[in-house]
Amino acid sequence: MTQKITGAQALIRALELENVDTIFGLPGGCILPAYDPLLDSPIRHILVRHEQGAGHMAEGYAHVTGRPGVAMVTSGPAATNMVTPLCDAYMDSIPMVCITGQVPTSAIGTDAFQECDTVGITRSVTKHNELIMSADDVPLMVRQAFHIATTGRPGPVLLDVPKDVLQNSMNWHWPSDEEVLDSLPGYKPVTKGHPRMIKEAARMILDAKQPILYAGGGILKARAADALRELAELIDTPVVTTLMARGAFPDDHPLCLGMPGMHGNATAITAMQKSDLLITLGARFDDRITGKVATFAPDAKIIHVDIDPAEQGKVRRPDVPIVGDCRLVIEEIIKAIKDLLNGGEKQQDISQWKSRVSGWREQFPLYYPANEPGEALKPQYCLEQLRDGAPEGTILCSGVGQHQMWSSQYWKFNEPYTWVNSGGLGTMGFSVPAAIGAKVGRPDRTVWAVDGDGCFQMTAQELVTASVERIPIKVAILNNSYLGMVRQWQEMFYEERYSEVYLSPELPDFVKWAESMGCIGIRVESPEEVQPAIEKANSIDDRSVVVEFRVDAGEKVFPMVPAGFSNDDVLLHPDQNGRREFLR
Amino acid sequence: MSSTTHALNQPTHHILSVLVQNRPGVLARVSSLFARRGYNIFSLAVAPTEDPMLSRITIVVDVESSPLEQIVKQLFKLVDVVKISELDPRRSVERELLMATVRVPAEDRGQVVELTNIFEGKILAVGVEAITVSLDGSPDKLDDFEELLRGYGIVELQRTGRVALPKLDKEARLKAVKHGKAS
Repeated sequence: MTQKITGAQALIRALELENVDTIFGLPGGCILPAYDPLLDSPIRHILVRHEQGAGHMAEGYAHVTGRPGVAMVTSGPAATNMVTPLCDAYMDSIPMVCITGQVPTSAIGTDAFQECDTVGITRSVTKHNELIMSADDVPLMVRQAFHIATTGRPGPVLLDVPKDVLQNSMNWHWPSDEEVLDSLPGYKPVTKGHPRMIKEAARMILDAKQPILYAGGGILKARAADALRELAELIDTPVVTTLMARGAFPDDHPLCLGMPGMHGNATAITAMQKSDLLITLGARFDDRITGKVATFAPDAKIIHVDIDPAEQGKVRRPDVPIVGDCRLVIEEIIKAIKDLLNGGEKQQDISQWKSRVSGWREQFPLYYPANEPGEALKPQYCLEQLRDGAPEGTILCSGVGQHQMWSSQYWKFNEPYTWVNSGGLGTMGFSVPAAIGAKVGRPDRTVWAVDGDGCFQMTAQELVTASVERIPIKVAILNNSYLGMVRQWQEMFYEERYSEVYLSPELPDFVKWAESMGCIGIRVESPEEVQPAIEKANSIDDRSVVVEFRVDAGEKVFPMVPAGFSNDDVLLHPDQNGRREFLR
Repeated sequence: MSSTTHALNQPTHHILSVLVQNRPGVLARVSSLFARRGYNIFSLAVAPTEDPMLSRITIVVDVESSPLEQIVKQLFKLVDVVKISELDPRRSVERELLMATVRVPAEDRGQVVELTNIFEGKILAVGVEAITVSLDGSPDKLDDFEELLRGYGIVELQRTGRVALPKLDKEARLKAVKHGKAS
């Protein structure tokens, strides 16, 4: 039984059938036909103030729900505004489907009004993209897009839909799973690990004297947090969680060492560096983790579990490569280890290694000098207070820069999917729209966005969206009047020659700005004001709150492995430097 | 384009035979991936196969722009790529087509015609002062022919880039790294 409907109706119906409950978007000329049937759809549409906001909201939504975020915008400038979120989602493997309008098929290639080569422009920042040339193709293309975005290594998929394709009538047909798979002969992600490699990994794990579990964002994508915990406890091995994996293993677990990398803690960095086996799970040896690659974990053998075969051997050659879904592979490894143990094999004694690691933890806790009366407010103190005042299950989003690193360092992530940030692309301005998307995905949770004053000024207008759409979030601006991380690099590596990093201490007035967008604005200038302000913010749940913390501009993020340095040469906080020899 | 000849057992290039879905934009996807990941394409030839749904792209990459592994793996990730084979130049047959217009006065024309005949090429067009010839064969043979033609003065030259298939002997090693349903 076929039924004639328009391409636009088919698009909205297809999105409904893909269980889309929310679209983040902004209409315009070429996408107009799709906005008409949307009026009759149960799908909630959130009207953003800038298309980039729609993209980051879709990412935030996907981060916390695991379901693909959906953004819909028009052609030309709207599509180009979507490039940053697409690239961000691509770098961080966020499932996302983006629909862009396009000029009518007859006008393509004529430099028509609001025409751009969207598919060409977004080719290298999407997992896949398609220009839909016939209304009849709409349902299959939508099914393909969701399938590709959510399977294998997740990522963004873009569908570019010309206006006449939306207007033309078509014979509705919803393709079966089989039709979708048959239409993609070149797309077959491997999810099950190779049994021989899994056995080899199990043996290597039992033989290791100084093992470390190196957990990356893939753990979260694969819903593998429980499996990781079971493995860690089975082999009693410490876990480092990368920036993308914060929350994948509980920070309050005795085996959790926290974040390694450029601004990781000294213990996590050093434990990786000195280990003899890195059990790498859904991580990709990013340059922010390895420091100078040639001197990274020189004595470590590598087990590398990744669903993307291209990650294996890209940076560091694995001894045991396992292509597959992290959850499935970890479960298989656990089974293989238990089989070996039941067969009488013994795990190496790693107690000495563990006591060495504990020693580092005692000697090198995260550190900042405490607030002295009358001195400027420490940003780390603000984060500690935010953390301690946060209701159970709070989701934390951050922008990019110093505040992001302090967030990751000082927050306690004891639950997966409570941390949303832009890791790979490092997109300033990510946090406010991502927090809105996260709140839409998890309306039951408190969502705090920690932002810098530089970041906030890039996407703050989406707080208008939050107010109008009644999506109450909380924003903490750590205002140091600087592009803080750039300032830190100029202080440390450019002889304190500060070039174009000073924003303004007075402008904008963040409180007034927040109020003008329908939010409550609070300014905090001294340590005594911190706690009451946070309490007040947490008590408001009918609108968004912006708390501006005026913080010490001179504060730097430590520890730090400067770009190109070996992890062996991590710079500790100057007050800890005296104990450096304990890191051996 | 290099015209250096090389010993048979020392390949200077990798040949990737990439089976793709015959769809708009697929060539752009493949070539922009090479550019994005910093690999140089030495030559590239694309045409439909016996299956109208599929096209074969033959890509020749310099050995120096190794390691090839990473670009092959990245290519696999393209949804439109169905199968990739790395062809060992020692165990595959390669062919290329060359067309050249050579400026040659009528009295010397015989020499170019003779050269073309020796190489078993073809005369495609003859003008008053110039002659257009074609030759298909192994890239080495084309290199030799091109070098000899240079002596007469090549006005225009076009080569297609290699296409290749595995040799049909028992040892033909088709390193198929990705098998799709279509294969």
